[in-house]
Amino acid sequence: MAESARKPRMKDLRRQPFFTEIAWACIFVLYAPILVLIIFSFNDNRSVVLWTEFSFRWYVEAFENEGIRKATIVSFQVAAVSTFFATIMATMAALATTRTPPFKGQTAAYAIINQPLMVPEIVTAVATLSFFAIIKRATGMTGIGYLMLAHTVFCIPFAYMPIRARLEDMNLTLEQAAADLYAPPFKVFRRVTLPLLLPGIVAGAMLAFVVSLDDVIITLLVAGPGETTLPIYILGQIRRGITPEINAVSTLLLGLSLVFVTLFFLLGRKRK
Amino acid sequence: MAVTDHSAAPDGRLASARAARGAEARRRRRLLLAPALIVIGIFGLFPLTISLIYSFLTPGTYGGVTWEFSTDAYVQFLFERDIFDDTLSFSSTYLQIYARSIGLALVATLGALILGFPTAYFIASKPREQRNFWLFLITLPFWTNLLIRTYAILLIIRDEGIINIGLMKAGVISDPLNILYTDTAVFIGLIYSYLPFMVLPLYASLEKLDFRMIEAAYDLYANRFQVLRRIIVPAAKPGIVAGCILVFIPGLGAYITPTLLGGGKELMIGNMIALQFGSSRNWPFGSAAALILMVVVMLALLVYVRNASREPVRHG
Amino acid sequence: MMQAEAVPADQIEVPAERDMVFADTVTKTFGQGDAAVTALDAVSLTIRENEFFTLLGPSGCGKTTLLRLIAGFELPSGGHILLDGEEIGHLPPYKRPVNTVFQSYALFPHMTVAENISFGLEMLGKPKAEIAETTAHMLSLVRMEAMANRRTDQLSGGQQQRVALARALAPRPRVLLLDEPLSALDLKLRKEMQIELKRLQGETGITFVFVTHDQEEALTMSDRIAVMEAGHILQVGTPREIYDHPARRFVADFIGDINILDGELGEVSGHQGRVTLPGGASLGAALAESTIGKGKVSIAFRPENVVLVPPEDPRATLTGAVENVVYFGSGLNLHLRLPSGAPLMVRSAHYAGEIGDLVGLEIADRHVQVLVD
Repeated sequence: MAESARKPRMKDLRRQPFFTEIAWACIFVLYAPILVLIIFSFNDNRSVVLWTEFSFRWYVEAFENEGIRKATIVSFQVAAVSTFFATIMATMAALATTRTPPFKGQTAAYAIINQPLMVPEIVTAVATLSFFAIIKRATGMTGIGYLMLAHTVFCIPFAYMPIRARLEDMNLTLEQAAADLYAPPFKVFRRVTLPLLLPGIVAGAMLAFVVSLDDVIITLLVAGPGETTLPIYILGQIRRGITPEINAVSTLLLGLSLVFVTLFFLLGRKRK
Repeated sequence: MAVTDHSAAPDGRLASARAARGAEARRRRRLLLAPALIVIGIFGLFPLTISLIYSFLTPGTYGGVTWEFSTDAYVQFLFERDIFDDTLSFSSTYLQIYARSIGLALVATLGALILGFPTAYFIASKPREQRNFWLFLITLPFWTNLLIRTYAILLIIRDEGIINIGLMKAGVISDPLNILYTDTAVFIGLIYSYLPFMVLPLYASLEKLDFRMIEAAYDLYANRFQVLRRIIVPAAKPGIVAGCILVFIPGLGAYITPTLLGGGKELMIGNMIALQFGSSRNWPFGSAAALILMVVVMLALLVYVRNASREPVRHG
Repeated sequence: MMQAEAVPADQIEVPAERDMVFADTVTKTFGQGDAAVTALDAVSLTIRENEFFTLLGPSGCGKTTLLRLIAGFELPSGGHILLDGEEIGHLPPYKRPVNTVFQSYALFPHMTVAENISFGLEMLGKPKAEIAETTAHMLSLVRMEAMANRRTDQLSGGQQQRVALARALAPRPRVLLLDEPLSALDLKLRKEMQIELKRLQGETGITFVFVTHDQEEALTMSDRIAVMEAGHILQVGTPREIYDHPARRFVADFIGDINILDGELGEVSGHQGRVTLPGGASLGAALAESTIGKGKVSIAFRPENVVLVPPEDPRATLTGAVENVVYFGSGLNLHLRLPSGAPLMVRSAHYAGEIGDLVGLEIADRHVQVLVD
């Protein structure tokens, strides 16, 4: 019959021509360069093309490199402080903007919270630098606080998103039940809302931390002397020429990202 | 039925309870929103006005600004001042940079779309249990340091990189292909950087696609191309728009990619602006250029908003 | 003084018919302006102590809204809500000695069964020993002792339901509100829980206010029922009263099967009247309000209250032709048509005749009700 001759078989129905091939190519293209980087970070000679033998040499050298060590400490310090404050503020903001009937100024609030995402990073970097220059001149205060402040600002929307997503998944009925059972509002928050929200908060904190660690442009413009973060250090090294220690450091950072993503996914699956 | 008469105006208690609940809710909301809004408002939004002001000042000798009003920055964008007789002549240098950046960003967005759409579709058409794995695979690069990823590309495409060495060893070419420090390198870098940003929103839209519709279409004798055009693409439209915006806007203001892969010369808007705050020491011009970039981005966003409001968009 | 602490109901020495909940012309509107929706329109209701009271009605009738007003999740737009004589309408839920069993159970997923049950007592600041004792007592009351330390997401629907019940009963509230708690259960489990709930109410002596759209459920469990529709209470009474003497057309239609015929009301004496149907037949009927004037009315009677007799029999009030016979095991439904064309249904244990035969119907006066509207 004409019908069965023209209709594709069930298994094929979802396939489009070449889509699968392109998809595989995409994934390959995404990972190939990274894999090359990782592999050659374990290469015993300086070349990124000739493989001699497996060695941890560059990792050791990276470890002993004073510049790298200092930059790592600075990066983690800035990331930790920024994440801490950004997550707290983002949690509060999420609580205020989720699961409520529409309120006056809601769109404005969203716009402001997401502003760092809407503006290209270079523009934010420029504007922040200019503003800080004025403050520095007016008050004479310097220090790494400025950098931490700048990081906190763009970390807030990144922390906000997972927290808000988690909150939206939570049914208000649970909090109503708690109130029904004689819990006053702050106890409802502490005993019901907060424990259930915790996975979202952790996810938001992780996202903020990674984003802060990775930042280049804003840090490049805003950071002062002695405030070199790891990406800035790496950027400087690359401009001067490829060094294998950079491969090692890069691989370590990749490893860190891997840990974070895995945790993020695991947290996401934990909810009912 | 003993109803004690509460002459303490029971209606009053109810009304005041109602009012109290409303006011309390509002106060709580304001208190909770305040820190985030204040911090972002003062240190995110307000600095933009500072930039606006700076763009109308004159450059300071050692960087920074001198507080003298001047429209030089904006003039410089379009015109060149002759050193000798101080006349202005139209110079397209910076316009070219902007045009090239917009062009590169657009082409990169298109490339990301062509690569990303099949990928997103591929993941969305997989059975539910497998999808998490594929999403994980696609999301991982998103979390990885952009600098490092771009560096990885650099390693591969440079003259002594794997691609060239490999091709030369295989005898296909005798001299290394000059990929690095060209527009092509930047194009590759941009797509590579922002591909996950395209795939994820596309996937979010396609995931909601009911594949039974496709099966129904086949049942009605549609061929594959018709199904693609009439069912799949329209369903993915919100994702397409979102993905394009998420690639175009960062791509337009990109810094890392043109710096590393473009040779660090004034190839794109991002590193051109950064230069003004570095060795070129022209803060007002840098501010002006940044603001002009902002305007372009706002226009692009307007297109998105207008497009998004035409269909029911689900904000994920 | 109204405190959040609940006094055990069995320690109060009061006359039997004390009012526990009194809703006084309660109105609730949602939204504003053109989009305003009136969920409850000047509703008044009295629920007595130690009563199993049911709010019955189709979805959207306002029964859940009324429940939420008693619980405190909404504030009334107008009117008062009194608990044991005290105004509570303005109080937040955590200050009302009223507990709720939610339709979705709303168990705390990050706490065990025992922790869920003891939550209310903890919030009330009860001493640890008392909490432990009451929790143990509650667990045995709902027969969940073995599950005390399980996480709630490992429980079946029926088990979750019982935990929700125990959790709401543990703090000994004055009133227990149940919002369609059985709707998610399968039939067998539902029937079991109905008996269970009734038993619990009797044992604890707590006033139960039960919301459902299932009229059979309401009839089997309740001491009294309030039938609601579109924000109004149409009738309040015992199951028997509601079933035998539905006052309003909606109530008659909503509860069980009923025959409704149009006719003309003639002579009236006291609470009795004579209704003439098109075609000449006339019936004696009971009137809900003696203020009904003569004229066009509807009458209603239950299919099982009709006795089949030979058509020529003088006892036959009506005659009709059999159109269909539906057998359902314990009896059968006869679908008839009157000479006037009106359809009728009669329930009988047996029927010996054939389709197309004429049968006579004997209906006693007391089984016929004149309906309002």
